[in-house]
Parts: sequence; structure tokens; C-alpha cells
Amino acid sequence: MIGAAAIALVIAIALMLIRALSGPTLYDRVLAVNSLGTKIILLLGVIGFLTGRPDFLDISILYALINFVSTIAILKFFRYRSFQVSLTRRGRGGPQ
Amino acid sequence: MTGFEGANLAIDLLNITLLTILFVVAIAIARLRSLFAIVMLSGIYSLVSATWFVALDAVDVAFTEAAVGAGISTALFLGAMVLTSRTAKAEKGATQIVPLLVVIATGAVLIYATIDLPGFGDATSPANTGVGVEFLERTYPEIAIPNVVTAVLASYRGFDTLGEVGVVFAAGLAVTLLLGFGERSMGATVRREDRESSNKNDEDAS
Repeated sequence: MIGAAAIALVIAIALMLIRALSGPTLYDRVLAVNSLGTKIILLLGVIGFLTGRPDFLDISILYALINFVSTIAILKFFRYRSFQVSLTRRGRGGPQ
Repeated sequence: MTGFEGANLAIDLLNITLLTILFVVAIAIARLRSLFAIVMLSGIYSLVSATWFVALDAVDVAFTEAAVGAGISTALFLGAMVLTSRTAKAEKGATQIVPLLVVIATGAVLIYATIDLPGFGDATSPANTGVGVEFLERTYPEIAIPNVVTAVLASYRGFDTLGEVGVVFAAGLAVTLLLGFGERSMGATVRREDRESSNKNDEDAS
């Protein structure tokens, strides 16, 4: 059962990889990277159960945090071209 | 025992799959010219290789790879990309062959070196007969930290780790000076010039 989940996740990762490689626009690639990160996190949990060590779940939770923060960083970077701007700032380039 | 062997086979298949993904991503990174796509793909590469490290039971290395490779360095690459162009220049034919030969030679030497390595989990290997056994026996009575790697890094090798932290701090300081903070940093200068040129364009338009 867990093996089937692992196979499904690998197929999903392959699809995300195709999108990340070919993705015509920037946002296709950002979305593919974010979603591939999620699949990797799930795969990590599945590997933990395959090897009989469910404590891998802790590691995958940490990966989820890193994945989220880096996606926010990439998107913020493309909105403001800088990391120093606070996300709530209004004005040039920001939400009007 | 069949269940255990089945799990082993599954782990082997997973390792092969992860390595295939790494191979595909690496080839794509070498062939693409759009720097943004390369930054995104190198993030994917780091995340997949971190997962592979976990599958190989090197959890601490995997943590470092995920935090540094997938997290910080993606952001740093993006910051550096602002200072350069968005696409890499096309390479000439000769420069593509030479790196390939160097990589193949290095890989062949590394594979040759693995022949001399002791077997996985070999009880007579130097790691299991020399000073390692001493550390395993004495760490808990001496400083009561259950994780031996942490004990060696933070206590037995504490001064060395302090020096490493100093080096990492200096490197981080240099990178932030180049990319990020302060009025006179390179990143701030580029942004200011951008803003001034766009303001000039606006005035010309009106």
C-alpha cells in the first residue's frame, strides 16, 4: 500500500519536473518548484514508513517550513526586486 | 524476512529513482541558458539530493543541504541575478568538451578510490576499531549528550567549531555587503540606478 503511494508520488514528481523544465513562464516554474517540494516532503514521509522509522515525519515537517519560506522569498523578490521591503508596505510596486 | 527484503528492494528502487531525477535536473541545468530557470532547478536539485541523503541515513547532512541549498542559496542566487543579466551567454564548442573530460576523469578516480573502501557496516574497518569506539564509549559518561556527533562537534571539537562559525560569519557578512544591506551596497546601488533611469523615462514620457 505504501509502495503504491511511493510510486504515485514518483510519477507526480516526474510530471512536476517536466513542468519545471519546460515551463514557458516564470510562474509556471515557481509553482512547479513549490509543488515538487511538497511531493518531496510527502515522499520523505513515505520513505520513513517504508523503512519502519516514522520519525522521518519530523524531518519532512522542517522541509515543509523551508519550502514555504523559500517560495515566499522568490515571489517577494519578483514583486519588489529586493528582500528588504516589508510585505505590507504600500507605494511603488506594492499593492495600491 | 521477506517483508524486510521487500523494503530493501523498495529503498533501492527509490534511490535509483532519486538519482535519475538528479541526473535529469543536472543535464537540464547544464543545457538551459535562462538564469532564472537554472536557479529554480538548482533548488529542486538541492531538495531531491537532501531527500536522497535522508534515504542514505545521513540526516544531519540532509538538514544542511535543505536549509542551505534549497533555502538560502536560492535567495542568494536571485539577489545575484539582479546584478547581472537574465540569460547566460552561449558557450563555444571547445569549452563544452573540456569540462566534460575533467568531470569524467574525476568521477573515474573517485570510483577507483571506492574499491579500497571497507564494506558497509564492516566491524573491522578503521572507523569501528580506532578512536571512534573510544568516543562512543566515553561520550555519554563524560558529557551526557546522547548524540555523539553533537558531542564531538560542540564539545570535544569546540574550538574548531568556533573557528568555523567565525569563517561562516565573515562569508555571510561579505555576501550581505555585496547583495543586500546598506546604502552603499552593490544591490542598493543597482536598484537606485534603476529607479533613477525609470524616473527619467517617466519624465520623458510626460
